[in-house]
Amino acid sequence: MIAAPDSELRFALLGLYDDYAAALDDELERWPDLFTEEGIYRVIARENYERGLLWPTMSCRGRGMLRDRVTAIRQTSVYTPRQMRHVVSGIRVLGEAPNGYRTQATFLVGESGPDTESRLYAIGRYIDVVERDPDAANGYRFADKMCVYDGNLILSTLIYPL
Amino acid sequence: MQLEAPPIDSIPYGLYSDPEIYAREQERIFRGHAWNYVGLEAEIPNPGDFKRTWLGDRPIVVVRGRDGKVNVVENVCAHRGVSFCFQEYGNTKAFQCPYHQWSYDLTGKLIGIPFRKGIGGKGGLAEDFDMSEHGLTALHVACRNGVIYASYDATMESLEEYFNDNLYYIDRMFNGRELRVLGYWRQRINCNWKLMVENLRDPYHATLLHVFLVAFSLNRADQPSSARLDRDGKHGAFTSRRGGEIDTEATKEIQAASKGFALQGPQLLAPVKEFPDADTLVMQSIWPNIILQQQLNALAIRQIVPRGPNAFELHWTCIGYADDDDDMIARRQMQANLVGPAGFVSVDDSEVIEMIQRGVTAYNESAGVVPMGGTGTESCDYTVTEAPLRAFHKYYRQVMGL
Repeated sequence: MIAAPDSELRFALLGLYDDYAAALDDELERWPDLFTEEGIYRVIARENYERGLLWPTMSCRGRGMLRDRVTAIRQTSVYTPRQMRHVVSGIRVLGEAPNGYRTQATFLVGESGPDTESRLYAIGRYIDVVERDPDAANGYRFADKMCVYDGNLILSTLIYPL
Repeated sequence: MQLEAPPIDSIPYGLYSDPEIYAREQERIFRGHAWNYVGLEAEIPNPGDFKRTWLGDRPIVVVRGRDGKVNVVENVCAHRGVSFCFQEYGNTKAFQCPYHQWSYDLTGKLIGIPFRKGIGGKGGLAEDFDMSEHGLTALHVACRNGVIYASYDATMESLEEYFNDNLYYIDRMFNGRELRVLGYWRQRINCNWKLMVENLRDPYHATLLHVFLVAFSLNRADQPSSARLDRDGKHGAFTSRRGGEIDTEATKEIQAASKGFALQGPQLLAPVKEFPDADTLVMQSIWPNIILQQQLNALAIRQIVPRGPNAFELHWTCIGYADDDDDMIARRQMQANLVGPAGFVSVDDSEVIEMIQRGVTAYNESAGVVPMGGTGTESCDYTVTEAPLRAFHKYYRQVMGL
């Protein structure tokens, strides 16, 4: 644990995570841009993470694969319509990384469908590496993002990324 | 529910939501004459290693005994019914129920009861209480090439006889090479468990529902494929080969083929040959509770755990082989994006079978039809057929006495 981040860094990270949630919920096409060109994205069940099996339920290596995921969601996958809502909280800086920081945050994801009541869909934490990028809106992009979901059971399907 | 014997190409919708049918399935199918998949030897390599799982909807524990033999016991204490094992996996010398600390050895034998003789000569068990009559129920177990199966039926034939004509495909995946578990996925799907099996028994939907496969040229209606069934129709294997055939009349009927998609992350679709034949996709439905998947180099065992007539869980064990190099594991991981709870292909299936449940529950007095390819229930070398579905229901009706 490094010293408490200064307010500038804290603000930048808040902006990045808020932007991330907004992109996933309402502007999916912007989601890949929140990653570095070679950015890694992984969604992992807690049971795998705790056993040291970093086996993803969903994974992308680089923006190309992130964009393929968006294409699939928008154009090829067959699923009943739903609205997700990400809530990100408890953002912490765990340490330094090359040209950036190791960060962690808590997420809650709600789901609302046309014929069902709204429900809590997933709970977990992000274990991330953010990298400085002066061209990024918030000054940082995700170089590595790992979403560890606590309840091992996926409710129906995982269409939208966590 | 009393059903009149329907024609072979008809499936009554009542089969998917009736609680009595569900109860009979648990008794006759999962706890009946069947070898149920319960795990891999690689998951419990050492004496005392155990894993928790389910047979049908009943909790069980799979454990390696001191003698190295695999035991499968019910996960329910003989005293008050506590499902005592709540750890997914671990290593232990004995199982102890937390409620009153009754303990069992690794074969399920009751070995300890606290305060048996009471305290100060008062209370405790009667002299004639027979501990040997109060162990955990142990199931019959058989292993083949690292895969563990269990049954309640003492009259089960050997696994070779059980798999009969499908043995080639089972052994193709489990040929004795040491297996390596890469990770687990679990998924709760809100529909009857049979719809999952039927989905894998339906080659007709593959190039129609799965726009992703067609859009990215992973699977086309004109590539060589087959639907193989064992002599009873209880096991089935759907096989397909990615080939270089040019577009034919067949693909014209599939809208997505003309959209001109190209993957921006092409590493997703770079398989290497690892089996003796050239099949790039082999999906096997093995009676009663698993689907064995080869999708390019993404390999998995999908275990069906029914949760009442209207829901089931799919427990995916994603595997490779112990001698896989790092490149192979990375490849399996990339291609795993096609399958699983978030799979480019699998989500379509999970979603559409939930849509079926909404229809068949509401219209439970009606019936659907499976007329594609006639009324036969035999193996064939084409995909526009529902023969494997008819074969499943033929065997199902026989086992269920319907």
